[in-house]
Amino acid sequence: MSNLTVDVKRPPLSFTMPVVAVLGACFGFVTGNIFGQAWLGFVIGAVIGAGLAGILAQIVQVRLWQKVWGTCAVFALAGLIAGGIGGLVGGAVMGLSMGWFATWIGSGQYRAGVPIYYTAGQTLWHNVFLFICAFVFFFLVAPLFPVIWLSFNAENFFTFTPEMLAFQAEGYSLKHYREFFSGGGHPVQGILYGAVIGAVLGALVQLLPNVQRGLARVVVFAVVGALIGVVVGKMWGVSGAEWMTPLKNSLIIAPFATLISVSLGTLAAIGLSQTHVPGRQAIMAVLISPMIVPLIISATGMFFFYAPLGNWLEANLGLNQTFVGYVKVILAHAALGVPFVIITVTATLVGFDPSLTRAAANMGANPVTTFFRVQMPLILPGVISGGLFAFITSFDEVVVVLFVGSAQQQTLPWQMFTGLREQISPTILAAATILVTISICLLTTVEVLRRRSEKLRGMSPG
Amino acid sequence: MKLLTTFTATTALCAAGSMAGAQDMVDDMTLVSWGGAYQNSQIEAYAKPYMEMNPEVSITWDESSNEAVAKLRAMNEAGNITWDLVDVVAADALRLCDEGLAMEVDHDELLAPAPDGTDASDDFGDLIVSDCFIPQIVYSITFGYRSDMVPEGVDAPDDICDVFDLETYPGKRSLETRPINNMEWALICDGVPKDEVYDVLATEEGQDQALAKLDTIKDDVIWWSAGADTPQLLADGEVFMGSTYNGRLFSAIEEQDQPIEMMWDAQVFDLDGWIIPTGLSDERLARVQDFVRFATDTQRLADQAAYISYGPARESSAPLVGEHAELGIEMAPHMPTAPENSENVFVFNYGFWADYRDDIDAKFQSWLAQ
Repeated sequence: MSNLTVDVKRPPLSFTMPVVAVLGACFGFVTGNIFGQAWLGFVIGAVIGAGLAGILAQIVQVRLWQKVWGTCAVFALAGLIAGGIGGLVGGAVMGLSMGWFATWIGSGQYRAGVPIYYTAGQTLWHNVFLFICAFVFFFLVAPLFPVIWLSFNAENFFTFTPEMLAFQAEGYSLKHYREFFSGGGHPVQGILYGAVIGAVLGALVQLLPNVQRGLARVVVFAVVGALIGVVVGKMWGVSGAEWMTPLKNSLIIAPFATLISVSLGTLAAIGLSQTHVPGRQAIMAVLISPMIVPLIISATGMFFFYAPLGNWLEANLGLNQTFVGYVKVILAHAALGVPFVIITVTATLVGFDPSLTRAAANMGANPVTTFFRVQMPLILPGVISGGLFAFITSFDEVVVVLFVGSAQQQTLPWQMFTGLREQISPTILAAATILVTISICLLTTVEVLRRRSEKLRGMSPG
Repeated sequence: MKLLTTFTATTALCAAGSMAGAQDMVDDMTLVSWGGAYQNSQIEAYAKPYMEMNPEVSITWDESSNEAVAKLRAMNEAGNITWDLVDVVAADALRLCDEGLAMEVDHDELLAPAPDGTDASDDFGDLIVSDCFIPQIVYSITFGYRSDMVPEGVDAPDDICDVFDLETYPGKRSLETRPINNMEWALICDGVPKDEVYDVLATEEGQDQALAKLDTIKDDVIWWSAGADTPQLLADGEVFMGSTYNGRLFSAIEEQDQPIEMMWDAQVFDLDGWIIPTGLSDERLARVQDFVRFATDTQRLADQAAYISYGPARESSAPLVGEHAELGIEMAPHMPTAPENSENVFVFNYGFWADYRDDIDAKFQSWLAQ
């Protein structure tokens, strides 16, 4: 395709100016709306857009990016004069968009990506398609930004105060984050204990045969230990804290539920991939059903299933009511997580060559060794992503826990749910921001590790 | 070893339980309330002092009062009551009592007498609206408005009918998505005398009259369902005026410093209190009774008013109401029961709504959907 494109020609001003004027009119409409003069803004915006396109076309000696940032600076300055710091930011954003758009259109770059034989209509559709893609992406991600922004609000309402919009320091505060983390715990001791335990473990690992040795490993173990330690320490002995108790519950419930659903789901997927299992489709359908049945129905069913089970456990085994509560929620969440594990593991098993297990057996490995040494490493990506889904399912779940759990098992989504209904407090936004950050870190880590191991496997022979 | 201890402890407990009874109490309780500033006032005024006296007790709070009726039904059916004490509005207490989900109590025996020796039932007086209901507070549903959005040259709104006056007070209003209170206010502002409101509302024409009056402002109404909605809408400046619980407005005005004012005219009093679920074991019941006796005594109810502007349900508590715990302002003038606030109170008729709720609800919902 590259040999079909040639150096693009600059389109005439009779094309550039009206197109940029349209964008300018849109921005002008929005800006004018703020001052209650939408249509006046529309006209002024159109004129500015057309003028900008005309001016930029006259300047030829300057590089394109200089034009873009120059426009941005001019608009930002105008915004600063008109509306203070808030105007500066708004002006910068508009200037950047206008400047980029005007140079992109004016320099004919919009034709750079399409073959030379494309008609005007095809070129238009090509670019419109790209814009639609960009907008889809934008609308998926954009709702996060007001949430993050508002979480630094200095007031107890979901309101962009004038101080916030003017970017004044007194409009912002970390108090909702302090509120989120308030309520006891021993994070400092946690870091120390975690680091020490991690370092000791790191040192002990060096005693094992076939392990790379070095101080770096001990340090890595200590750092990971400290990270785990700070979380555990923060949660230790917390009770009755508005946000820390639910977080603690979530951190207890989700890992155990994940562990159960990963173990059971992986085994089920392996079993169901064997051709000789009778009624595979039916079993599969039953196991997947928690994903298909409306959650509220499963939740009601689970409530009536687990209530007598819990009563029995308490009455006959003398178990503590709180402990039984956790068991019930963990089992319920495990059932919800199993379908995700089954689906991802089944998908990876499709690419698994069954003759490998026969080869392993031929070389004297028993089925357990074969599973852990041959099959597991190959399907591990599927198991890990299934596990991630199971974890997120449990961590995000609010309906089932509302039914099955009692107040002692209140999880983070539950707290967010009731908090949103009873007291619209930005602490919920702080919690959401923290969760989003954790999710991004978690997924990035997993992806980095996956690429690294792929690279290692690709390089090492056998 | 631990298992063994647990086992012996359990056996000992069972043995003791069968012998003695009243003295044995469990150490953990699950209390159900509304969350937010209100639950906080209960924690500060009742739970913390109680736990100081009884350090072995731990209390878990469940913010589920909103769906208490449905959840208690489900728990009862499943035979697994996880709640020990539930905070509900009076109307819910009546329903729970009728269905046998709440325990009937002898108020004089269960609750502490007033300091001067008056029986609890006399101290609470008319507020004991059901045999199961242990009153805590009197709250009101009333209007608040943005003081900075009052049009120039016009007096601030001080009449319930200003809600329906879009010409003098343009802007959105927030009203609760239910017929209760809205229908009464509409009729009052359509010229129906206050004491005839429920007679009129009992007729088809009366209901249509109320809806017709509401129709005049329908386009400018934002409907709310949670107590936090109106304060949020007012703080945003999205509505000019809105109805909500007076304590929420107090919190937005005094604690959050929002430019909002109270409009007490035609406020509607309602009650909130505890119910004890039926089906608790003796040990749990003993603990709950001990807690309730403490938490509803004269001093505790007065203490609660230091955290939220709801009136204590006991007559003997009223003189003890002091200052706000953090702001240090006198709380008495912020109570819905204060004389200057209660000049024009609309008395809510429980009996009427128990009888007509379903019919009028259906009518109101279909009107909303039009």
